[in-house]
Amino acid sequence: MNRFLLPLSIFIVVVVFLGIGLKLNPREIPSPLVGKAAPDFSQPQLFEPTKVFAPADMKGKVWLLNFWASWCSGCKTEHPVLMDLAKSGYVPIYGMDYKDQRDEAMTWLSRWGNPYPIVGVDDAGRVGINYGVYGVPETYVIDKQGVIRYKQIGPLDPDTVEKKIVPLVKQLEAQ
Amino acid sequence: MNIHWILLIVLFLSGPVWAGEARPLADDPVAEQRLKHLAVELRCLVCQNQTLADSNAPLAEDLRREVREMIAKNMNDQEIIEFLTARYGDFVLYRPPLKATTTLLWVGPFVLVIVGATALVVTLRRRAAKVVDVPVTEDEHRRVEQLLADGGKRS
Repeated sequence: MNRFLLPLSIFIVVVVFLGIGLKLNPREIPSPLVGKAAPDFSQPQLFEPTKVFAPADMKGKVWLLNFWASWCSGCKTEHPVLMDLAKSGYVPIYGMDYKDQRDEAMTWLSRWGNPYPIVGVDDAGRVGINYGVYGVPETYVIDKQGVIRYKQIGPLDPDTVEKKIVPLVKQLEAQ
Repeated sequence: MNIHWILLIVLFLSGPVWAGEARPLADDPVAEQRLKHLAVELRCLVCQNQTLADSNAPLAEDLRREVREMIAKNMNDQEIIEFLTARYGDFVLYRPPLKATTTLLWVGPFVLVIVGATALVVTLRRRAAKVVDVPVTEDEHRRVEQLLADGGKRS
């Protein structure tokens, strides 16, 4: 019996580690930007290219910044969730159209609905790089002081919105 | 000289014309050398087992463009790497720095080697202790001789 105890325990430890490894999502890289000031930008707006969209205008508000594109399939998956969240009125969602064609982006929004009060245009992907975006959709929760409090990599789903985003927004609003 | 030769020559001459596609790389050989040197140390975040130099993902292209611009601005390697880690974390580095969060990564393999070596030495010593030296008696020696001799006859 004792002979098998050691190999068996080693085996169990290895299996546990492999199991944890399988559950980790390699796409989710912890962002060093959480807890830091949201990088500044000043981008033309999608619907009114002469106007700019800048995070400075958002001071004193809790808001979401959602990087999306009309070419991104995950954004289509996420879209109904954003529409519901926008309708609920808990928090405004501002869009950043990432490396996209202007006309295609506008068509996409008119076809599926527009959850954003303002959409900025990041055609060269530079704002994306400053925010550490490596795949759309990505969503940032930014507090009243302009600090990033949460980063969602990949599409938001109803569960994440209900259990993470809404409670966090309420907590940040209370501050 | 027949038509085949002419075709062959045309084929070889046109080679450098096609190669023109990768033009921007040749603009500033020194900067490109630095970019290459940096890009092999950096991980592409989209196809995570490729370096920034190898990857064709749009993000990798954008990041190479950023690095190129930073080189043009005369920023040193340290500053460029800091720019990228501030945005994407230590994960972009193929050789992450030794920090509290990366200790296991750096020390882990050595700990495993030490544990393994210790276990090996302990087991070998224990096994050696179990083996007792028993001298062969004169009687046994004779029996072995006898058995060997018998075996020889049989075959």
